[in-house]
Amino acid sequence: MWRFLARTIVQRLLLLIVISIVSHTVIHLAPGQPTEVDPMNPMMKAEDIAKIRKSFHLDDPIYLQYVHWMRDLFTGELKSFRDGLPVLSKIWPRFFNSLPLFLCTTLIVWTASFPIGIQAALKRGGKFDRGTTFVAYTLISIPGFFLSYLLILWVVRSFHLPVIGLRTFGTESATGVVRVMDRIWHLVIPSLMAALTGITGIAVLSRYVRAQMLDVLGQDYVRTARAKGLDENRVVYGHALRNALLPFVTMFGLLLPGLISGSVIFEQIFAWPGLGLLSYEAILTRDFPMILTLNFIAAALTLFGILLSDILYALVDPRIRLE
Amino acid sequence: MAAEDSELLAIRNLHVDFETDAGLVPAVRGVDLNIAPGETVALVGESGCGKSVTAMSVMRLTEGRITAGSIHFQGRDLSRLPEPELRRIRGGQVGMIFQEPMTSLNPVFTVGRQIEEVLTLHQQLSASAARAQTLELLKRVGIPSPERRRLQYPHELSGGMKQRVMIAMAIACRPRLLIADEPTTALDVTIQAQIMELLRSLKQEFGMAVLLITHDLGVVAHFAERVLVMYAGKIVEQGSVRDVFKRAAHPYTQALLGALPDPLEPTLRLSAIPGRVPSPTMLPAGCSFCARCAHAFEPCPTERPELFEVSGEHRAACFLRRPPATFAPTPR
Amino acid sequence: MSIPVGPTPVVELAPRPEAEALGIAETPAQQLWRTFRKDRLAMLGLYVLLALVAVALLGNLLTGWWVVFDPTTVRLPDKLLPPLSAPSTALAPELRPPFGSYPFGTDELGRSVFARMLQGSFVSLSVGVVAVGISLSIGVTIGGLAGFYGQRKLGPVSIDTLLMRFTDVVLCFPTFFLILTVVALLPPSIYNIMIVIGITSWMSIARFVRAEFLALREQDFVTAAQALGLPEWRIIFRHMIPNAMAPVLVSSTINVAHAILTESALSFLGFGVRPPYATWGNILADGRSYIFDAPWLFLIPGAAILVVVLAFNLVGEGLRDALNPKLRRRAS
Repeated sequence: MWRFLARTIVQRLLLLIVISIVSHTVIHLAPGQPTEVDPMNPMMKAEDIAKIRKSFHLDDPIYLQYVHWMRDLFTGELKSFRDGLPVLSKIWPRFFNSLPLFLCTTLIVWTASFPIGIQAALKRGGKFDRGTTFVAYTLISIPGFFLSYLLILWVVRSFHLPVIGLRTFGTESATGVVRVMDRIWHLVIPSLMAALTGITGIAVLSRYVRAQMLDVLGQDYVRTARAKGLDENRVVYGHALRNALLPFVTMFGLLLPGLISGSVIFEQIFAWPGLGLLSYEAILTRDFPMILTLNFIAAALTLFGILLSDILYALVDPRIRLE
Repeated sequence: MAAEDSELLAIRNLHVDFETDAGLVPAVRGVDLNIAPGETVALVGESGCGKSVTAMSVMRLTEGRITAGSIHFQGRDLSRLPEPELRRIRGGQVGMIFQEPMTSLNPVFTVGRQIEEVLTLHQQLSASAARAQTLELLKRVGIPSPERRRLQYPHELSGGMKQRVMIAMAIACRPRLLIADEPTTALDVTIQAQIMELLRSLKQEFGMAVLLITHDLGVVAHFAERVLVMYAGKIVEQGSVRDVFKRAAHPYTQALLGALPDPLEPTLRLSAIPGRVPSPTMLPAGCSFCARCAHAFEPCPTERPELFEVSGEHRAACFLRRPPATFAPTPR
Repeated sequence: MSIPVGPTPVVELAPRPEAEALGIAETPAQQLWRTFRKDRLAMLGLYVLLALVAVALLGNLLTGWWVVFDPTTVRLPDKLLPPLSAPSTALAPELRPPFGSYPFGTDELGRSVFARMLQGSFVSLSVGVVAVGISLSIGVTIGGLAGFYGQRKLGPVSIDTLLMRFTDVVLCFPTFFLILTVVALLPPSIYNIMIVIGITSWMSIARFVRAEFLALREQDFVTAAQALGLPEWRIIFRHMIPNAMAPVLVSSTINVAHAILTESALSFLGFGVRPPYATWGNILADGRSYIFDAPWLFLIPGAAILVVVLAFNLVGEGLRDALNPKLRRRAS
């Protein structure tokens, strides 16, 4: 198994390099020069432009630019086009903003989806199943931002409570408890929205759980378990669930990229200064180093996530483990 | 009717229906079946005749609904028994093995654990006692190096070995009745013989009754004492294996036996039964076999035959066997 | 695993006389339709979609060619009127809307929201359909090649490995991020959006097709076709692809829904189609600023997207249920 592991890791690393090269090429092939949209100084003179271009190696052939990018990235020297600050130092604090949002969303999604999905499968066709099916379809079909705005509208109109941002303006001087509760309040709403409507949200996951449970409950070994005289709880939670959960263990690893890509929209709506908003701003201002770095990080997270999934799957499924 | 108390299993007038998109479909239409303690009874028929459904209804393992009839096991009606008591009987007094050993074992639990589960459940054995008993069982069903096998997962075993494990699970608690639903259909021919031999030796050692479901008439001939032939949800012939095989009374049974190639008399063509089994949603009035029967005559299309006596316990549901006294034509 | 039963799965449009003689009543396509029809929600979705297509075509006609509802007319005196209001008297007569009212109100420039929605329906729908069309072509090609020719080697690696590794690479790209990047950096155009969505969503289709092809290749009817000497392209297109279509059909329907949602998300972020082109996505995005004062500008396109996407999802799920052989009743 260790050889299998080593081989996959090497493959993934290669993949990462390929992806970084491809994205680098794509970005640089796009029309529009970064120096055209520098918001800092719209009236730059020609020699200023030349200086900037030189310092960012923009006139070098593309493979040299790639080398420069990679080198700067790993030495921490990579600088953003916008304000010359090191890219990594801008990413780091935003990461810490995105992380709680991500964790909270994931927590909500995964703790809610399983009971819902299992119940729907056990009482298939019943009122709970039909009700949750309908709600799930609706949630899958609503544009995430639509629902969020509706919620904001309702909360602000009815309760006069602020919803946007990390914290309410003016709470910095409040006592610890109030501050904490304020932070939690501001965290919960966007997480809830992301949990309900995202592509990896409750709506989709609970449907998948239900489908898996139904599939497993129809298997012969479940019938054998009943024939042995086991009570229904043992059959469902001991025998069936254990098999139904297998694919979800692998899905867990694939959640990682959601840290960056999932949150762009919700961070925009709720003005949450995280990685999603950072990437949005970077794209708008054609901040190449930032875009490339975030893309790279996202790809690295994806690949790491896949690796994690493979490992977890090998650990959990005895059919794979022993090869 | 004979006292149900002396029979181990007494199924009376069993009706099982399935709910489908096309409506309520009758899979079993009034089946009577008795098994005495220690007796081996075979239930044969083509695919779709309702034999598996009948077998699975005994322990209420089917998705169909029992809409009429009773299933008495040692005097208690299993079809009306509350769940907790039924569960005590499942795996304890009645064991069952299924057709597909490949998919009937849970892939994520070791073989040993699955057997131990039955023992700890019904006999409240401690973990170590259950483990020891499991080893004994594995040895008894003919699995070599049981200490090693016990810790293996189902996918590491061959089909034949998986079926042996299934048998071990089913007989672990010395059931009075073993229901075997096509136990050898999915196995190679050589393994089939071994499994049937194992079942025979277990049957003798434990004095178990066996209800064998199969479409393989050869297996029936070698293994069973009595046989019931099913067609389209009903029993069309029953009796001792000798009677039914040597002097088949129902045209369907005759056709089934005639369809078997006889190695001593090579013929140019195998005789197949013309027509098809009627779909359970479109059952004809009268005798279900009438449309394909070479001997159909006046009452067949309109009246349903009951099991008329052929000789002693040998009965057939065919008007050819109806005693002449009742032949008086009645205006309809 | 259970052995598949039933007639050879070749899709026909109507049963031929021989089929009827054998008692086979309907083709797989008719069976699919019959099962699909039973699902009330799916049928509702289908009606909505048919209505949508009609509205889209009509809308395109009535706002583009034979202009009845003009989406571009700016009527500043009439801006931000709620739905079903009449035009103000200050309005010049040639600017008045048809039928003397604004069914969906007006936006901040006095344009009829109804007219814009009509125009947008065609655009939004075509974005979804074209994008999925692109992803279908790519996905089926790659998946089909990998499934059918997979074992042939191209240098050191087999075609299957090559294509599947390629698919994995593309799958690893953070999709939404990539779309965003590409759409932001390229000149804004509806074709760019369609193409970009198309080339980032073919992966799951390729996987499905490959899996189906791998399974189908082993089936006897392919071997039979090869034994008859049929050329390979004919086997692939005439025999295999129709049978592999089931998951692809389901996937595509749901992908159209997803494409429409993605387009609206892109418009929301400001990267969608530019005015004066209206898509439901950018009407929704524009309405964002007026959510407190003129909520209908936000609610109407949002509700429309919700209904249409829901319809696609319901139809897709209905297709999946109807095509799933496991959900049909098993032969006993």
